[in-house]
Amino acid sequence: MPHLNSAFNLARWLTRNEADAQDVVQEACLRAFKYFDGFDGQFANAWLLKIVRNTCFTWLKSNRPAEETLALDDNLEEVDRDENAIRLNASSLGRSPEAILIEKRDANRLDELIGRLPPVYREVLILREHEEMSYQDIAEIVGVPIGTVMSRLARGRKLLQSTWRGSKSKDVKP
Amino acid sequence: MNCSDAQNLLYRYLDRELDAVNAARLEAHLRDCRDCVGAYEREQELSFAIKQSAHRYGAPRALTDRIRRDLVPQESRPWAELRHLTRGWNPIALAASLMLAVAMSSTGTSYYLNGTAEDRVIADVVSSHVRSLMANHLTDVASSDNHTVKPWFTGKVDASPPAVNLVSAGFPLIGGRLDYVDQRPCAVLVYRHDAHVINVMVWSKRDDDQTGSESYTRQGYNLARFSANDLVFWAVSDLNRGELDDFVTRLKTEAEGNSTSL
Repeated sequence: MPHLNSAFNLARWLTRNEADAQDVVQEACLRAFKYFDGFDGQFANAWLLKIVRNTCFTWLKSNRPAEETLALDDNLEEVDRDENAIRLNASSLGRSPEAILIEKRDANRLDELIGRLPPVYREVLILREHEEMSYQDIAEIVGVPIGTVMSRLARGRKLLQSTWRGSKSKDVKP
Repeated sequence: MNCSDAQNLLYRYLDRELDAVNAARLEAHLRDCRDCVGAYEREQELSFAIKQSAHRYGAPRALTDRIRRDLVPQESRPWAELRHLTRGWNPIALAASLMLAVAMSSTGTSYYLNGTAEDRVIADVVSSHVRSLMANHLTDVASSDNHTVKPWFTGKVDASPPAVNLVSAGFPLIGGRLDYVDQRPCAVLVYRHDAHVINVMVWSKRDDDQTGSESYTRQGYNLARFSANDLVFWAVSDLNRGELDDFVTRLKTEAEGNSTSL
Protein backbone atom coordinates (compact mmCIF):
# COMPACT_ATOMS: atom_id res chain seq x y z
CA MET A 1 0.00 0.00 0.00
CA PRO A 2 2.39 2.71 -1.11
CA HIS A 3 -0.17 5.55 -0.99
CA LEU A 4 -1.32 4.56 2.48
CA ASN A 5 2.26 4.86 3.72
CA SER A 6 2.50 8.39 2.31
CA ALA A 7 -0.88 9.23 3.80
CA PHE A 8 0.10 7.90 7.21
CA ASN A 9 3.48 9.62 7.18
CA LEU A 10 1.85 13.00 6.50
CA ALA A 11 -0.87 12.46 9.11
CA ARG A 12 1.67 11.25 11.67
CA TRP A 13 3.80 14.34 11.16
CA LEU A 14 0.82 16.71 11.34
CA THR A 15 -0.89 15.16 14.38
CA ARG A 16 2.41 14.08 16.01
CA ASN A 17 0.62 11.16 17.56
CA GLU A 18 0.36 7.55 16.46
CA ALA A 19 -3.27 6.88 17.45
CA ASP A 20 -4.57 10.21 16.16
CA ALA A 21 -2.76 9.74 12.86
CA GLN A 22 -4.43 6.34 12.46
CA ASP A 23 -7.85 7.84 13.14
CA VAL A 24 -7.30 10.66 10.68
CA VAL A 25 -6.10 8.36 7.90
CA GLN A 26 -8.97 6.00 8.49
CA GLU A 27 -11.46 8.83 8.25
CA ALA A 28 -9.75 10.24 5.17
CA CYS A 29 -9.87 6.85 3.46
CA LEU A 30 -13.58 6.55 4.18
CA ARG A 31 -14.11 9.97 2.64
CA ALA A 32 -11.90 9.14 -0.31
CA PHE A 33 -13.87 5.97 -0.84
CA LYS A 34 -17.17 7.80 -0.64
CA TYR A 35 -16.15 10.16 -3.42
CA PHE A 36 -14.46 7.46 -5.40
CA ASP A 37 -16.98 7.80 -8.24
CA GLY A 38 -15.96 11.40 -8.81
CA PHE A 39 -12.29 10.41 -8.97
CA ASP A 40 -10.89 11.07 -12.43
CA GLY A 41 -8.10 8.50 -12.27
CA GLN A 42 -5.23 10.97 -12.32
CA PHE A 43 -2.79 11.81 -9.55
CA ALA A 44 -4.17 9.23 -7.14
CA ASN A 45 -1.49 9.86 -4.55
CA ALA A 46 -1.95 13.63 -4.56
CA TRP A 47 -5.69 13.17 -4.39
CA LEU A 48 -5.58 10.95 -1.30
CA LEU A 49 -2.99 13.20 0.35
CA LYS A 50 -5.22 16.21 -0.25
CA ILE A 51 -8.06 14.52 1.64
CA VAL A 52 -5.69 13.36 4.41
CA ARG A 53 -4.26 16.84 4.71
CA ASN A 54 -7.69 18.48 4.94
CA THR A 55 -8.82 15.91 7.50
CA CYS A 56 -5.68 16.61 9.52
CA PHE A 57 -6.28 20.35 9.58
CA THR A 58 -9.90 19.86 10.62
CA TRP A 59 -8.61 17.60 13.39
CA LEU A 60 -5.98 20.17 14.41
CA LYS A 61 -8.61 22.89 14.54
CA SER A 62 -10.67 21.04 17.13
CA ASN A 63 -7.82 19.33 19.00
CA ARG A 64 -4.92 21.76 18.83
CA PRO A 65 -6.51 25.13 18.03
CA ALA A 66 -3.46 27.16 19.10
CA GLU A 67 -1.20 25.25 16.78
CA GLU A 68 -3.49 25.23 13.79
CA THR A 69 -3.77 29.00 13.59
CA LEU A 70 0.00 29.50 13.71
CA ALA A 71 1.72 31.25 10.86
CA LEU A 72 -1.04 31.25 8.32
CA ASP A 73 0.09 34.70 7.30
CA ASP A 74 2.61 34.39 4.49
CA ASN A 75 4.49 37.59 5.03
CA LEU A 76 8.27 37.39 5.35
CA GLU A 77 8.40 40.04 8.08
CA GLU A 78 6.43 37.70 10.30
CA VAL A 79 9.27 35.24 10.82
CA ASP A 80 10.20 36.65 14.21
CA ARG A 81 6.66 36.32 15.43
CA ASP A 82 6.61 32.74 14.17
CA GLU A 83 9.77 31.91 16.08
CA ASN A 84 8.17 33.18 19.26
CA ALA A 85 5.09 31.15 18.47
CA ILE A 86 7.22 28.04 18.08
CA ARG A 87 8.76 28.59 21.46
CA LEU A 88 5.32 29.07 23.00
CA ASN A 89 4.20 26.02 21.15
CA ALA A 90 7.04 23.88 22.51
CA SER A 91 6.24 24.91 26.05
CA SER A 92 2.57 24.11 25.53
CA LEU A 93 3.30 20.49 24.63
CA GLY A 94 2.50 19.65 28.24
CA ARG A 95 5.65 17.77 29.11
CA SER A 96 8.00 18.45 31.96
CA PRO A 97 11.44 19.87 31.17
CA GLU A 98 12.98 16.61 32.46
CA ALA A 99 10.90 14.54 30.09
CA ILE A 100 11.90 16.74 27.20
CA LEU A 101 15.56 16.44 28.15
CA ILE A 102 15.43 12.66 28.27
CA GLU A 103 13.59 12.58 24.97
CA LYS A 104 16.15 14.87 23.45
CA ARG A 105 18.90 12.51 24.42
CA ASP A 106 17.19 9.52 22.94
CA ALA A 107 15.05 10.66 20.07
CA ASN A 108 16.15 12.06 16.80
CA ARG A 109 16.68 15.77 17.42
CA LEU A 110 15.77 16.65 13.86
CA ASP A 111 12.39 14.94 14.29
CA GLU A 112 11.69 17.07 17.31
CA LEU A 113 12.69 20.28 15.56
CA ILE A 114 10.51 19.52 12.55
CA GLY A 115 7.67 18.69 14.93
CA ARG A 116 7.98 22.14 16.48
CA LEU A 117 7.49 23.91 13.15
CA PRO A 118 4.00 25.28 12.56
CA PRO A 119 1.94 22.67 10.65
CA VAL A 120 1.75 24.73 7.45
CA TYR A 121 5.54 24.58 7.14
CA ARG A 122 5.77 21.01 8.37
CA GLU A 123 3.41 19.71 5.69
CA VAL A 124 5.20 21.35 2.74
CA LEU A 125 8.58 20.13 4.03
CA ILE A 126 7.36 16.55 4.44
CA LEU A 127 5.64 16.55 1.04
CA ARG A 128 8.77 17.94 -0.59
CA GLU A 129 11.51 15.99 1.19
CA HIS A 130 9.79 12.68 1.97
CA GLU A 131 7.34 12.37 -0.90
CA GLU A 132 9.59 14.30 -3.32
CA MET A 133 6.57 16.05 -4.77
CA SER A 134 6.74 18.89 -7.27
CA TYR A 135 5.70 22.40 -6.25
CA GLN A 136 2.69 21.96 -8.53
CA ASP A 137 1.51 18.80 -6.74
CA ILE A 138 2.12 20.34 -3.30
CA ALA A 139 0.11 23.43 -4.33
CA GLU A 140 -2.71 21.11 -5.42
CA ILE A 141 -2.67 19.15 -2.16
CA VAL A 142 -2.44 22.14 0.15
CA GLY A 143 -4.84 24.20 -1.95
CA VAL A 144 -2.66 27.30 -2.30
CA PRO A 145 -0.82 28.98 -5.21
CA ILE A 146 2.68 27.74 -6.14
CA GLY A 147 4.16 31.03 -4.89
CA THR A 148 2.79 30.29 -1.42
CA VAL A 149 4.30 26.79 -1.54
CA MET A 150 7.68 28.34 -2.33
CA SER A 151 7.46 30.98 0.41
CA ARG A 152 6.33 28.42 3.00
CA LEU A 153 9.14 26.05 2.05
CA ALA A 154 11.65 28.89 2.26
CA ARG A 155 10.42 30.04 5.66
CA GLY A 156 10.11 26.54 7.06
CA ARG A 157 13.66 25.78 5.96
CA LYS A 158 14.98 29.05 7.39
CA LEU A 159 13.34 28.37 10.76
CA LEU A 160 14.57 24.78 10.77
CA GLN A 161 18.08 25.80 9.68
CA SER A 162 18.41 28.17 12.66
CA THR A 163 17.17 25.71 15.29
CA TRP A 164 19.03 22.77 13.74
CA ARG A 165 22.36 24.59 13.45
CA GLY A 166 21.81 25.88 16.98
CA SER A 167 21.29 22.41 18.40
CA LYS A 168 24.24 21.04 16.45
CA SER A 169 26.66 23.69 17.68
CA LYS A 170 25.56 22.98 21.27
CA ASP A 171 26.46 19.34 20.69
CA VAL A 172 30.11 19.98 19.92
CA LYS A 173 30.71 22.13 22.98
CA PRO A 174 31.77 20.15 26.06
CA MET B 1 23.62 37.80 -11.08
CA ASN B 2 24.11 39.18 -7.58
CA CYS B 3 23.93 37.26 -4.28
CA SER B 4 20.41 38.40 -3.54
CA ASP B 5 19.18 37.02 -6.89
CA ALA B 6 21.11 33.82 -6.24
CA GLN B 7 19.54 33.38 -2.78
CA ASN B 8 16.10 33.77 -4.32
CA LEU B 9 16.77 30.96 -6.80
CA LEU B 10 18.60 28.65 -4.40
CA TYR B 11 15.63 26.66 -3.09
CA ARG B 12 14.14 26.17 -6.53
CA TYR B 13 17.51 24.95 -7.75
CA LEU B 14 17.77 22.60 -4.77
CA ASP B 15 14.29 21.25 -5.48
CA ARG B 16 15.00 20.88 -9.20
CA GLU B 17 12.25 23.35 -10.01
CA LEU B 18 14.44 25.94 -11.71
CA ASP B 19 14.43 26.30 -15.49
CA ALA B 20 17.66 25.57 -17.36
CA VAL B 21 18.57 29.12 -18.22
CA ASN B 22 18.29 30.36 -14.64
CA ALA B 23 19.99 27.19 -13.40
CA ALA B 24 22.93 27.89 -15.72
CA ARG B 25 23.08 31.51 -14.50
CA LEU B 26 22.97 30.37 -10.89
CA GLU B 27 25.66 27.72 -11.49
CA ALA B 28 27.86 30.40 -13.01
CA HIS B 29 27.36 32.56 -9.92
CA LEU B 30 28.04 29.62 -7.58
CA ARG B 31 31.35 28.99 -9.31
CA ASP B 32 32.51 32.47 -8.32
CA CYS B 33 30.81 33.11 -4.96
CA ARG B 34 31.95 31.24 -1.87
CA ASP B 35 29.21 32.74 0.31
CA CYS B 36 26.43 31.48 -1.93
CA VAL B 37 28.09 28.07 -2.34
CA GLY B 38 28.23 27.89 1.45
CA ALA B 39 24.54 28.78 1.70
CA TYR B 40 23.68 26.20 -0.94
CA GLU B 41 25.68 23.49 0.81
CA ARG B 42 23.93 24.23 4.12
CA GLU B 43 20.54 23.89 2.45
CA GLN B 44 21.64 20.71 0.72
CA GLU B 45 22.81 19.28 4.04
CA LEU B 46 19.50 20.04 5.75
CA SER B 47 17.50 18.66 2.84
CA PHE B 48 19.58 15.50 2.90
CA ALA B 49 19.22 15.22 6.67
CA ILE B 50 15.42 15.40 6.45
CA LYS B 51 15.34 12.83 3.65
CA GLN B 52 17.68 10.46 5.45
CA SER B 53 17.14 10.96 9.18
CA ALA B 54 13.70 12.41 9.75
CA HIS B 55 11.40 9.55 10.65
CA ARG B 56 9.36 8.16 7.79
CA TYR B 57 6.32 6.58 9.34
CA GLY B 58 4.88 3.55 7.56
CA ALA B 59 1.19 2.72 7.85
CA PRO B 60 0.85 0.21 10.71
CA ARG B 61 -0.67 -3.15 9.94
CA ALA B 62 -3.48 -2.43 12.40
CA LEU B 63 -4.50 0.61 10.37
CA THR B 64 -4.50 -1.30 7.11
CA ASP B 65 -6.70 -3.93 8.72
CA ARG B 66 -9.05 -1.33 10.19
CA ILE B 67 -9.54 0.37 6.84
CA ARG B 68 -10.14 -2.91 5.08
CA ARG B 69 -12.60 -4.07 7.75
CA ASP B 70 -14.49 -0.78 7.98
CA LEU B 71 -14.89 -0.21 4.30
CA VAL B 72 -16.51 -3.51 3.41
CA PRO B 73 -19.73 -3.31 5.49
CA GLN B 74 -20.19 0.44 5.06
CA GLU B 75 -19.88 0.49 1.34
CA SER B 76 -21.09 -2.60 -0.43
CA ARG B 77 -18.94 -1.91 -3.45
CA PRO B 78 -17.42 -4.55 -5.65
CA TRP B 79 -14.14 -6.01 -4.47
CA ALA B 80 -12.37 -4.63 -7.48
CA GLU B 81 -12.89 -1.10 -6.26
CA LEU B 82 -11.80 -1.93 -2.76
CA ARG B 83 -8.64 -3.39 -4.17
CA HIS B 84 -7.95 -0.10 -5.90
CA LEU B 85 -8.18 1.65 -2.58
CA THR B 86 -6.24 -0.76 -0.43
CA ARG B 87 -3.55 -1.60 -2.93
CA GLY B 88 -2.87 2.03 -3.71
CA TRP B 89 -4.69 2.51 -7.01
CA ASN B 90 -1.85 1.11 -8.99
CA PRO B 91 -3.93 0.01 -11.97
CA ILE B 92 -5.57 3.42 -12.27
CA ALA B 93 -2.36 5.33 -11.81
CA LEU B 94 -0.70 3.11 -14.38
CA ALA B 95 -3.52 3.59 -16.89
CA ALA B 96 -3.50 7.35 -16.28
CA SER B 97 0.22 7.66 -16.76
CA LEU B 98 0.06 5.56 -19.91
CA MET B 99 -2.67 7.80 -21.30
CA LEU B 100 -0.67 10.85 -20.36
CA ALA B 101 2.48 9.45 -21.91
CA VAL B 102 0.69 8.69 -25.17
CA ALA B 103 -0.95 12.12 -25.23
CA MET B 104 2.29 13.94 -24.55
CA SER B 105 4.39 12.04 -27.04
CA SER B 106 1.98 11.91 -29.96
CA THR B 107 4.42 13.80 -32.16
CA GLY B 108 7.28 11.54 -31.20
CA THR B 109 5.11 8.48 -31.55
CA SER B 110 4.13 9.26 -35.11
CA TYR B 111 7.77 9.73 -36.03
CA TYR B 112 8.63 6.46 -34.37
CA LEU B 113 5.86 4.57 -36.11
CA ASN B 114 5.89 6.13 -39.57
CA GLY B 115 9.17 7.93 -40.03
CA THR B 116 12.55 7.01 -41.37
CA ALA B 117 15.57 6.18 -39.22
CA GLU B 118 16.59 9.83 -39.58
CA ASP B 119 13.19 11.00 -38.24
CA ARG B 120 13.71 8.75 -35.25
CA VAL B 121 17.09 10.28 -34.48
CA ILE B 122 15.68 13.80 -34.89
CA ALA B 123 12.78 13.03 -32.53
CA ASP B 124 15.21 11.65 -29.93
CA VAL B 125 17.56 14.61 -30.24
CA VAL B 126 14.70 17.08 -29.79
CA SER B 127 13.35 15.06 -26.83
CA SER B 128 16.75 15.03 -25.18
CA HIS B 129 17.03 18.79 -25.63
CA VAL B 130 13.55 19.50 -24.26
CA ARG B 131 14.08 17.08 -21.36
CA SER B 132 17.34 18.79 -20.42
CA LEU B 133 15.51 22.11 -20.15
CA MET B 134 12.47 20.80 -18.26
CA ALA B 135 14.17 18.94 -15.46
CA ASN B 136 17.08 20.46 -13.62
CA HIS B 137 19.37 18.09 -15.45
CA LEU B 138 21.25 20.09 -17.98
CA THR B 139 24.68 18.86 -16.95
CA ASP B 140 26.11 15.87 -15.09
CA VAL B 141 29.50 17.53 -15.06
CA ALA B 142 29.41 21.32 -14.92
CA SER B 143 32.64 22.78 -16.17
CA SER B 144 33.97 24.99 -18.92
CA ASP B 145 37.28 23.15 -18.85
CA ASN B 146 38.04 20.72 -21.66
CA HIS B 147 40.33 18.78 -19.32
CA THR B 148 37.43 18.23 -16.90
CA VAL B 149 34.60 17.51 -19.31
CA LYS B 150 36.42 15.32 -21.84
CA PRO B 151 37.88 12.78 -19.38
CA TRP B 152 34.55 12.62 -17.54
CA PHE B 153 33.06 10.77 -20.51
CA THR B 154 35.79 8.13 -20.51
CA GLY B 155 34.35 4.73 -19.72
CA LYS B 156 30.80 6.05 -19.89
CA VAL B 157 30.39 6.22 -23.66
CA ASP B 158 32.42 4.84 -26.56
CA ALA B 159 33.17 8.31 -27.94
CA SER B 160 35.64 10.87 -26.67
CA PRO B 161 33.99 14.12 -27.70
CA PRO B 162 36.10 17.22 -28.32
CA ALA B 163 34.84 19.37 -25.45
CA VAL B 164 36.26 22.56 -26.84
CA ASN B 165 35.34 25.82 -25.23
CA LEU B 166 34.15 28.35 -27.79
CA VAL B 167 33.88 31.16 -25.29
CA SER B 168 35.81 33.63 -27.42
CA ALA B 169 33.19 33.20 -30.14
CA GLY B 170 30.38 33.75 -27.62
CA PHE B 171 29.56 30.05 -27.08
CA PRO B 172 30.89 29.09 -23.63
CA LEU B 173 30.96 25.40 -22.74
CA ILE B 174 28.94 24.89 -19.56
CA GLY B 175 29.31 21.16 -19.11
CA GLY B 176 28.46 17.68 -20.27
CA ARG B 177 26.00 14.92 -19.51
CA LEU B 178 25.01 11.45 -20.64
CA ASP B 179 21.85 10.68 -22.55
CA TYR B 180 20.29 7.90 -24.57
CA VAL B 181 19.49 8.72 -28.17
CA ASP B 182 18.62 6.43 -31.08
CA GLN B 183 18.98 3.33 -28.90
CA ARG B 184 22.51 4.06 -27.72
CA PRO B 185 24.16 6.02 -24.92
CA CYS B 186 25.71 9.23 -26.10
CA ALA B 187 27.80 12.10 -24.82
CA VAL B 188 26.13 15.51 -24.68
CA LEU B 189 28.16 18.71 -24.68
CA VAL B 190 26.25 21.70 -23.36
CA TYR B 191 26.97 25.18 -24.64
CA ARG B 192 25.34 28.49 -24.01
CA HIS B 193 24.85 31.52 -26.21
CA ASP B 194 23.37 34.46 -24.27
CA ALA B 195 20.25 32.94 -22.73
CA HIS B 196 20.06 30.07 -25.22
CA VAL B 197 21.19 26.55 -24.46
CA ILE B 198 22.78 24.43 -27.19
CA ASN B 199 22.94 20.68 -26.69
CA VAL B 200 25.40 18.74 -28.84
CA MET B 201 24.92 14.96 -28.91
CA VAL B 202 28.02 13.04 -29.94
CA TRP B 203 28.49 9.38 -30.70
CA SER B 204 30.82 7.06 -32.61
CA LYS B 205 29.76 6.55 -36.18
CA ARG B 206 27.94 3.30 -36.94
CA ASP B 207 27.57 1.82 -40.42
CA ASP B 208 23.95 2.90 -40.70
CA ASP B 209 24.58 6.50 -39.58
CA GLN B 210 24.11 9.35 -42.01
CA THR B 211 27.22 11.50 -41.82
CA GLY B 212 26.82 14.43 -44.25
CA SER B 213 26.05 17.92 -42.98
CA GLU B 214 22.32 18.52 -42.77
CA SER B 215 19.95 21.00 -41.15
CA TYR B 216 16.44 20.52 -39.81
CA THR B 217 13.77 22.44 -37.95
CA ARG B 218 11.41 20.54 -35.65
CA GLN B 219 8.90 21.85 -33.10
CA GLY B 220 10.50 25.28 -33.33
CA TYR B 221 14.01 24.00 -32.62
CA ASN B 222 16.84 24.19 -35.08
CA LEU B 223 19.00 21.10 -35.54
CA ALA B 224 22.21 20.49 -37.41
CA ARG B 225 24.12 17.27 -38.06
CA PHE B 226 27.72 16.88 -39.11
CA SER B 227 30.51 14.41 -38.65
CA ALA B 228 34.20 14.71 -37.97
CA ASN B 229 36.80 12.01 -37.41
CA ASP B 230 34.33 9.11 -37.16
CA LEU B 231 32.15 10.98 -34.67
CA VAL B 232 28.59 12.03 -35.45
CA PHE B 233 27.42 15.35 -33.99
CA TRP B 234 23.88 16.62 -33.58
CA ALA B 235 23.46 20.21 -32.39
CA VAL B 236 20.02 21.34 -31.23
CA SER B 237 18.89 24.70 -29.86
CA ASP B 238 16.27 27.42 -29.97
CA LEU B 239 18.95 29.66 -31.47
CA ASN B 240 18.07 31.06 -34.88
CA ARG B 241 19.41 29.25 -37.91
CA GLY B 242 22.19 31.74 -38.68
CA GLU B 243 23.65 31.64 -35.18
CA LEU B 244 23.39 27.88 -34.91
CA ASP B 245 25.13 27.49 -38.28
CA ASP B 246 27.88 29.81 -37.07
CA PHE B 247 28.28 27.71 -33.91
CA VAL B 248 28.31 24.46 -35.88
CA THR B 249 30.94 25.74 -38.32
CA ARG B 250 33.21 26.70 -35.43
CA LEU B 251 32.65 23.43 -33.56
CA LYS B 252 33.27 21.39 -36.72
CA THR B 253 36.55 23.21 -37.39
CA GLU B 254 37.67 22.61 -33.80
CA ALA B 255 36.51 18.98 -33.87
CA GLU B 256 38.43 18.23 -37.05
CA GLY B 257 41.56 19.98 -35.74
CA ASN B 258 41.16 18.53 -32.27
CA SER B 259 41.25 14.88 -33.21
CA THR B 260 44.27 15.10 -35.45
CA SER B 261 46.28 16.28 -32.46
CA LEU B 262 45.11 13.38 -30.25
